[in-house]
Amino acid sequence: MNAVTVNWIAIGAVEDIPPRGARCVTTPQGRIGVFRTAEDQVYAIEDHCPHRGGPLSQGIVHGASVTCPLHNWVISLETGEAQGADEGSVKTIPVKVEDGRLFIAIEALATEAV
Amino acid sequence: MTEKLVIIGNGMAPGRMLEHLFEKAPGRYAVTIFNAEPRVNYDRIMLSPVLSGEKSYEEIVIHGDGWYIDNGITLYKGHRIVAIDRAAKTVTSDHGVTESYDKLVIATGSMPFILPVPGHDLPGVLTYRDLDDVQAMLLAAQSRDRAVVIGGGLLGLEAAAGLRERGMEVTVLHLMPTLMERQLDPAAGYLLQRAVEERGIKVITKASTKAIHGDGKVESVELENGTIIPASLVVMAAGIKPNAALAKETGLAVNRGIVVDGGMRTSDPDVFALGECAEVDGRVYGLVAPLYEMARVAAAQLAGEGQASFVHSDTPTKLKVTGIDLFSLGDFADGDDREEIVLRDAASGVYKRVVLKDNRIIGTVLFGETMDGAWFNDLKKKETDISEMRDTLIFGQAFQGGSPMDPMAAVAALPDDAEICGCNGVCKSRITGTITAKGLTSLDDVRAHTKASASCGTCTGLVEQLMALTLGDAYNPAAVQPMCGCTELGHDDVRRLIKAKQLKTIPAVMQELQWKSSCGCAKCRPALNYYLVADWPDEYADDYQSRFINERAHANIQKDGTYSVVPRMWGGVTSSAELRAIADVVDKFAIPTVKVTGGQRIDMLGIKKEDLPAVWSDLGKAGFVSGHAYAKGLRTVKTCVGSDWCRFGTQDSTGLGIRIEKFMWGSWTPAKVKMAVSGCPRNCAEATCKDVGVVCVDSGFEIHFAGAAGLDIKGTEVLGLVKTEGEALEHIVALTQMYREQGRYLERIYKWARRIGYDEIRRQIMDDADKRKAYYDRFVFSQKFAQVDPWSERVSGKDKHEFRPMAAVGFKEAAE
Ligand SMILES: Cc1cc2nc3c(=O)[nH]c(=O)nc-3n(C[C@H](O)[C@H](O)[C@H](O)COP(=O)(O)OP(=O)(O)OC[C@H]3O[C@@H](n4cnc5c(N)ncnc54)[C@H](O)[C@@H]3O)c2cc1C
Ligand code: SF4
Ligand code: SF4
Ligand code: FES
Repeated sequence: MNAVTVNWIAIGAVEDIPPRGARCVTTPQGRIGVFRTAEDQVYAIEDHCPHRGGPLSQGIVHGASVTCPLHNWVISLETGEAQGADEGSVKTIPVKVEDGRLFIAIEALATEAV
Repeated sequence: MTEKLVIIGNGMAPGRMLEHLFEKAPGRYAVTIFNAEPRVNYDRIMLSPVLSGEKSYEEIVIHGDGWYIDNGITLYKGHRIVAIDRAAKTVTSDHGVTESYDKLVIATGSMPFILPVPGHDLPGVLTYRDLDDVQAMLLAAQSRDRAVVIGGGLLGLEAAAGLRERGMEVTVLHLMPTLMERQLDPAAGYLLQRAVEERGIKVITKASTKAIHGDGKVESVELENGTIIPASLVVMAAGIKPNAALAKETGLAVNRGIVVDGGMRTSDPDVFALGECAEVDGRVYGLVAPLYEMARVAAAQLAGEGQASFVHSDTPTKLKVTGIDLFSLGDFADGDDREEIVLRDAASGVYKRVVLKDNRIIGTVLFGETMDGAWFNDLKKKETDISEMRDTLIFGQAFQGGSPMDPMAAVAALPDDAEICGCNGVCKSRITGTITAKGLTSLDDVRAHTKASASCGTCTGLVEQLMALTLGDAYNPAAVQPMCGCTELGHDDVRRLIKAKQLKTIPAVMQELQWKSSCGCAKCRPALNYYLVADWPDEYADDYQSRFINERAHANIQKDGTYSVVPRMWGGVTSSAELRAIADVVDKFAIPTVKVTGGQRIDMLGIKKEDLPAVWSDLGKAGFVSGHAYAKGLRTVKTCVGSDWCRFGTQDSTGLGIRIEKFMWGSWTPAKVKMAVSGCPRNCAEATCKDVGVVCVDSGFEIHFAGAAGLDIKGTEVLGLVKTEGEALEHIVALTQMYREQGRYLERIYKWARRIGYDEIRRQIMDDADKRKAYYDRFVFSQKFAQVDPWSERVSGKDKHEFRPMAAVGFKEAAE
């Protein structure tokens, strides 16, 4: 059943992610990459490159984008869209930072990922 | 329905035909090619630069393997067609493959003419036609012994110049009184002979070969007049004859070549012939320009354009020997109805002659200064009446209409339809038009789009002038390729400025050098990180977030997101204890694949990222450290068993390999570095295709560098011979440090070396002991900070976050 209310789930602290880096969160629906930019913005997207499924959380983070470690597609962390000439997108997952603690909206993931 | 097109021969003519055909009628034919040569289509014209060392084979490939795949072509390499059955419409190769056709194209080229003198079949007698010939010549040239080239035409002289360049003592034998008599008049032939002799090549004209002598292999050449010339290599370059035997056997009309009509059809309407094997209108050809015209016609015919027809035109001849400028076109025999204008400038070795008939140019010979070749060609082609400029004609285009023009203005003044590239028949407006339409800025782009200067390359200068004219200031021949979209600066400038401005962090570089993006991209950040690590080993704090995942996780990411782990096995030597430890790790972590690598060590594939620290911990207990199989750094030092075991071994190659590896592991380099040490010239460790290699010999250690055996294949260059192991190590370390300081990120040693120049590297590393010592010391200093086993660091907790998920959410247990 699709929950309507958004359920924020704590996943850790901003400090746990290196600046210009990422960590991943495992869920029954698959892995989520949680990214922290140089300016301390945090984004969460599916950890699954639209090209051939590369683990985006292992890529190099620059600006608000990540470059996939397998074949260098560049994915926007804000929109989940592939940049440049490549086409494809990944789901973005809402994240909230409260007092340095991180929450993701897991239901959003569950409903969309089914 | 697709029709079956079978092509016999994979030379330049059918290659060009297919390009046209795929453009005109994509998908119409399923193409199968049989080629007696075991390779793809390459630029045969450029074999001479390969012979002389100015180009490599990879640089002259026209269609790489990918092109055949992309176009669905089946290419049988190394298959010679031995029979054509025109009734059944099949061809059969010497390996027994039979293929049926709807349309057949015969493009078997020419065969070198071999003088039928006694001894012509001795080993050491070569011809000059394909890459195998060049490789055989290069092998023979290693002896630096004597060579005789029979034939003083274009091919013979290019072969002679190449062999001389490679260090052989060369004599050219020519039957006629002057060289290249079919393309040059005696005066130009004489100047050419002088220029050839100035390069240290001996020329004997009016030399008729009587016999080749030797016991089991070539030892000398004897002339009719009794002269004996010692030689260990003889190259026959006495002409070519169309390769039409196969066509003749199958009953096609054959004269000098395979007779075809203007549409390239043979006497059988389903069989076409083109290239040097074809005879059209009583003529056979030996230069590519007319063959490319044939290719255009054949493609049009195959695409169903029945009206396409071949037009004859004279092709200028140019000699591709660096430093000898020669141009010859058309007819310049003497005759009552002809006039000539001649210019000689003895001091500068210039000779020009224009032959006129009815005030129109019919032939031109230029020696020493060939810039006006294109202009004369244009006047001849258009049959321009030259009476108006008769007095100044010979001085060239620059002198027409008043004051002399500079070369640039001369090119500007050429008419739009003037032919610039003779080989490919590309005219001026095609080049300028394409530059503008496609926004081209580099010579390579212009070559790719127009083919101008893409064959023999002698018109490169003209093409560059046209680019300069068309692009104005936007054309900068030495234009540097920016590192990436974040900056205008190229790699070399960035490296220089990092040192000059003492920039020691990535943000400092980006700030000072005005990066256009806030935090770089995945192209520039790893490069900058490397440059800073290399330049400030003690001060710079390595930025792991700017490294690719493999270097961050110290393992190789695989396509499914798992990792592979390769521990060091020094010099490829292992032990039962090490093997047992690996076996235990494989069992414990249920590692799915274990594989022996090409670098003499063991790869464990399919390890989950979370397991990496535990795997390393177990390996570390058995004494293993990271093999850096993931690093832009020293990978492996492959060795053979050398004097310890091998009956041929001259030195302890295994020991030296281990010593090098233990000394150099952990160092970061612009791109990966693979080394090898072989115990003798049999070279079992394959040292001559590595970034750096050593071949041990009785008198010491021959150090090699700049080989490649990946996307490109290239044999190494020799750096030099040293006497002791210690010296070998010092030279190799210094060479690597030079590369570390100058290489562009991701540029392998062979590319760096080609850019810097092999001689310059030899000069700095072999000849300049102070420089060498300084490089060596800087490497040793940087190793103080680099030789830390990354695996044990991580086992003790460094970068923990890298290996663990941050959280696991939404699972049943976790949800309680
Ligand atoms: C060293 C050198 C320098 C040259 N320099 C110039 C120059 O500066 N300018 C210029 O215009 N031209 C130059 N040429 C000439 C030019 O290279 C040739 O005119 C051109 O390559 C001929 O092309 P082709 O397709 O007719 O034949 P080729 O390129 O000779 O191709 C024929 C192919 O067919 C294969 N073959 C033959 N018989 C069979 C069979 N029965 N079954 C299967 N395969 C077969 C052969 O192995 C060969 O690979 C030079 C040639 C050489 C050798
Ligand atoms: S390279 Fe020479 S010394 Fe080494 S194994 Fe081979 S034959 Fe023996
Ligand atoms: S050759 Fe190398 S890069 Fe290519 S598939 Fe094999 S392992 Fe991968
Ligand atoms: S899987 Fe991400 S770029 Fe190919």
